Amino acid sequence: METLYVIAAILGLTLISFAMGRQRAVARSEGQPRALHSLPNYHGHFVALWCAVPALILLVIWVPLEPMLAMSAALDYFQAHIADPAHMESVRQSKLALLLSLEPNATTIDLSALRADQYNLLQTEIRNMAAGTASTGHAAFMQEVADYYQGYRDTSFLLMVAACVAVAGAGAGVAWRWIAPEMRARNRVEQAVTAFMILCSTVAILTTLGIVLSLLFEAIRFFAQIPLTEFLFGLHWSPQTAIRADQVGSTGSFGAVPLFAGTLLISFIAMCVAVPIGLLSAIYMAEYAHSKVRAVVKPLLEILAGIPTVVYGFFAALTVAPFFRDVGESIGLDVSSESALAAGMVMGIMIIPFVSSLSDDVITAVPQSMREGSYGLGATKSETVRRVILPAALPGIVGGILLAVSRAIGETMIVVMAAGLGSNLTANPLEAVTTVTVQIVTLLVGDQEFDSPKTLAAFALGLVLFIMTLCLNIIALHVVRKYREQYD
Amino acid sequence: MTESTAPTDPRSPSGPSSGSTASAKEKMQASLARRYAAEKRFQAYGIGAIILALAMLVTLFVTIIGSGYTAFVQYTVRLDVTLYPQDIDPQGTRDPEVLARADYQGAINDAMYSLFPDASGRSARRDVRALVSPGANFVIRDMVLDDPTLVGQRISVYVPLATEFDQILKGNIDPAVTMRTIREASTGIPWSLPPGERLISENQGRYLQQLVRQGEVEGSFNRWFFTNGDSRQPELAGIWGAAVGSFFTLLVTLALSFPIGVAAAVYLEEFAPKNRWTDVIEVNINNLAAVPSIVFGLLGLAVFLQFFGMPRSAPVVGGLVLTLMTLPTIIIASRAALKSVPPSIREAALGVGASKLQTIFHHVLPLAMPGMLTGTIIGMAQALGETAPLLMIGMVAFVVDIPATPMDPSTVLPVQIFLWSDSPERGFTERTSAAIMCLLGFLILMNAAAVLLRKRFERKW
Amino acid sequence: MKDEQHSESAQEHAYPETTAGKPTVEDNAKVSARGANVYYGEKQAIKNVSLDVGAHEVTAFIGPSGCGKSTFLRALNRMNDTIDICRVTGDFRLDGEDIYDRKVDVVQLRARVGMVFQKPNPFPKSIFENVAYGPRIHGLVAHKSELDEIVHTSLERAGLLGEVKDRLDTPGTGLSGGQQQRLCIARAIAVSPEVILMDEPCSALDPIATAKIEELIDELRENYTIVIVTHSMQQAARVSQRTAFFHLGNLVEMGDTETIFTNPEHKLTQGYITGRFG
Repeated sequence: METLYVIAAILGLTLISFAMGRQRAVARSEGQPRALHSLPNYHGHFVALWCAVPALILLVIWVPLEPMLAMSAALDYFQAHIADPAHMESVRQSKLALLLSLEPNATTIDLSALRADQYNLLQTEIRNMAAGTASTGHAAFMQEVADYYQGYRDTSFLLMVAACVAVAGAGAGVAWRWIAPEMRARNRVEQAVTAFMILCSTVAILTTLGIVLSLLFEAIRFFAQIPLTEFLFGLHWSPQTAIRADQVGSTGSFGAVPLFAGTLLISFIAMCVAVPIGLLSAIYMAEYAHSKVRAVVKPLLEILAGIPTVVYGFFAALTVAPFFRDVGESIGLDVSSESALAAGMVMGIMIIPFVSSLSDDVITAVPQSMREGSYGLGATKSETVRRVILPAALPGIVGGILLAVSRAIGETMIVVMAAGLGSNLTANPLEAVTTVTVQIVTLLVGDQEFDSPKTLAAFALGLVLFIMTLCLNIIALHVVRKYREQYD
Repeated sequence: MTESTAPTDPRSPSGPSSGSTASAKEKMQASLARRYAAEKRFQAYGIGAIILALAMLVTLFVTIIGSGYTAFVQYTVRLDVTLYPQDIDPQGTRDPEVLARADYQGAINDAMYSLFPDASGRSARRDVRALVSPGANFVIRDMVLDDPTLVGQRISVYVPLATEFDQILKGNIDPAVTMRTIREASTGIPWSLPPGERLISENQGRYLQQLVRQGEVEGSFNRWFFTNGDSRQPELAGIWGAAVGSFFTLLVTLALSFPIGVAAAVYLEEFAPKNRWTDVIEVNINNLAAVPSIVFGLLGLAVFLQFFGMPRSAPVVGGLVLTLMTLPTIIIASRAALKSVPPSIREAALGVGASKLQTIFHHVLPLAMPGMLTGTIIGMAQALGETAPLLMIGMVAFVVDIPATPMDPSTVLPVQIFLWSDSPERGFTERTSAAIMCLLGFLILMNAAAVLLRKRFERKW
Repeated sequence: MKDEQHSESAQEHAYPETTAGKPTVEDNAKVSARGANVYYGEKQAIKNVSLDVGAHEVTAFIGPSGCGKSTFLRALNRMNDTIDICRVTGDFRLDGEDIYDRKVDVVQLRARVGMVFQKPNPFPKSIFENVAYGPRIHGLVAHKSELDEIVHTSLERAGLLGEVKDRLDTPGTGLSGGQQQRLCIARAIAVSPEVILMDEPCSALDPIATAKIEELIDELRENYTIVIVTHSMQQAARVSQRTAFFHLGNLVEMGDTETIFTNPEHKLTQGYITGRFG
């Protein structure tokens, strides 16, 4: 929160330096605006940039670094003074003794000997006490450490404010002195803006890099505990490992084949719904429908694409799944209330507009001359569509369907709400199956410990998901682009 | 309608043998009926597909509206509550803090007992008390905080009924079912209560009927649904907390993704040289647009929460994740908008000596802006409906308080829907549907704005 | 395509008397080019052209389509910089200063060498804003009244003021084609350039509008140096004092317009102006 005030202060200084830079440019032009290389405003922007950018860079480095430094100083303080018997006694009396599993007769605490979670706990305790939000029952000595921590941070904050203001002022001052009629302020400002734009255009690359690195990093940690072959080819999935090491329980097994099978089953059902309906309606819209009909029906179908997936999930769980169960009951079939059929069908509904709009693009891209050639031979419309247009449009349609498959595989909310949680290796659409995305959500929602294979498994699944969809996307985009080029 | 005409012109077949021509003609005519039938069938498939898709759309809307419209009404009971100063504010300071912490439940209970004088005994009294929602306490507290002079007075106030009775009056629960299960339970017959329904006693059923007969119960607009945060009690749960969370999240998303997206699009479209590096960026952006949203959630979890140590459940982190997710959409739309500005405009500006950046900022961007804004609104609509990545960064917490800043723990509308949909109570089902209606309302507004913008500023060059 | 090019370059050597490489010197040169080459990627669009453009004269560039005359024109105010694959070599000078020098700010150059394009391209803004844009970005004015004055005199000089003075705030795109082109001329002269380059300014206009623009060009000659690229030989004859004839990237011949049209040195020129090819 306080950082916001610092930012506000820097921005205030920036405004002032803008005005001063502009004013100096006007003054130095001596009443002859044409003598200036750049408009006075550019001189203002130039000084303002020199004021704000270095100061903000400093701030961005300082803000995340400062709590870390403060914490390490506080821990040093803790280590240096804990050997004092009075301090030791006060810690022993507090709940901290239990948390750090302190021996009753210990005379000191060696921080480097603590387990990672205890170390984190200690840090959290210091932080909470410094913020005044800690619960009761803490040691007086800990309060001392917390005060030290807070004092360090307060000083550091004042230092930061001073440093930022100094840097801002110095930057602005230097730039201000550079102002001269012949200075190319506009070019420099434009260089800065261009640099900013280049930076922005790399965000997309950084995002991909971030995805790949974070998934890989966590997945590699997972595969250090669970062999890759077991994960990829194992037939049994039950990730419920013990929360704590000393707890007795199943060790968990991480064979992901049932998840892959479940994902494919549900995606297959979805495509069985989406492809015929989407493709046929696209053909009808492109080749038969009156333009007035198209003007009404097309936006209506696009509504389906705009509905959030959580709504589909609710629809599946509330209406479709019970409906299938009841129908199944009435004809003597045992349909699970979380059947793959219900989830897949609703997912198919969601994907219909996706398939239909992609197919529509592809079909309308087929040159009119091909249709005319066919009509000229006396072919009916449907014959033209089936014998001429569809074969010509096939690569594009296949590309569109691949994109739709990738969509289905990555879809999360519908399956989280309507598909099962338990792994089940089956091809029966009436039974409950679970999917990759469902497992990622179940493993990561709620309290987590970042080192357990259970949490890391989610990242391994995420990596598989990412690679699968990436391959589909690259192939599909390539096919579609090749198709477009053919008729351009 | 159809372009297919059998060649009936006698001059056209000039084949060598007129006999075979005649048979070809016959064959053709014989097949015509079949071909036209196939044509009709094919058309019917198309119409059928469209009708099927639209039927699903209608079913979805009917289901949601049908199960949700009742949430906009809340049944309340009129109580005459006497606010004794000695219970509420014994010191007589009328300090808002004291009034806020005071217990009004006693006064409400007394008012309830007075409605049913014949209900004596602990279980009967408990049944009576359970008729009103625990939220009645807050209703009266808020009234007193608004007007402290009410302390010491007898006020007539409508307080919400507990959810079971609310649902019975709305016709969503059949009271006979729950009461029958009680009878079955008492007679030892195996019984099962529909999931999510609480037992109501026969006494309570009678009390409710009595209240309705006396005209003390009234269904009115459910303002709590729009002003409250989440709650474990369906009748107290509202969407305001989630709506504010969504607002903060979208605000962060918009503030980041619009400038970054536009700047990136301008660079790629106007400045970037055509080389391998820009090809990589281009392919990368197209692929990123098709990456499953949950993967962005994993990225947010690993990078923002784990690596940078940002707070869980905060809209600011949600906004960051959604920024990365919507950025490709905005960049792609913005590039298309920039492409549609004719080069002659750029030449004109360059010709009078504008620099490249001046050309872009003074002429090209303003002309491309409607297209960019349309793309941004569509991206924001996607972000508003997005759930999965936010689950990953802990925005699924049960949050009662309305978030005051983007740093406070919060949830968002779609996640609120997800949370409520998990609760089996009929009162929550109703609210889930109502929240969906609100969410869809926002989305329709946003998309309508995008369409209007496109129509209004569409320019033919 | 490739083959054609090769045969043409062979042809080039077959006409040693073309002025290729040799400057057509002028005493009061405002703009001069020496050994100019322009390439689009692999393709050479201008081959070793040297010429001078005289101050306060109208110089016309003529030649068949694709002969490089527009390309050469755009090289004079570095509009070719906006095309990625375009490369310019040779020596270009404006009042003796090298315009391709690294130190030259292309923005200032374009303020001195204005340009009017083939298709009228007013900004989709009001007439006033169209003309006022240049003076604003170049910081030529300090007050609104000065700006008003510049806009009015520019429109006046472009012969448009009478037609639009009551509707300066209406969009420039609402004018007729001829008016739009005169608006573009007004926009160009509002930054008081020294040279105005016109790239087939009348090719999108009807004969009456064309006549008006030609009249205007003749008047503007007093204050500005004008280079006009035109497809129409009649137009070149009507408005210009000197004419340069380009063919396939070569400057075939340059001289007084009268001489070029009545007594061309080169048979290619003669062939072109008599309409035997084009």
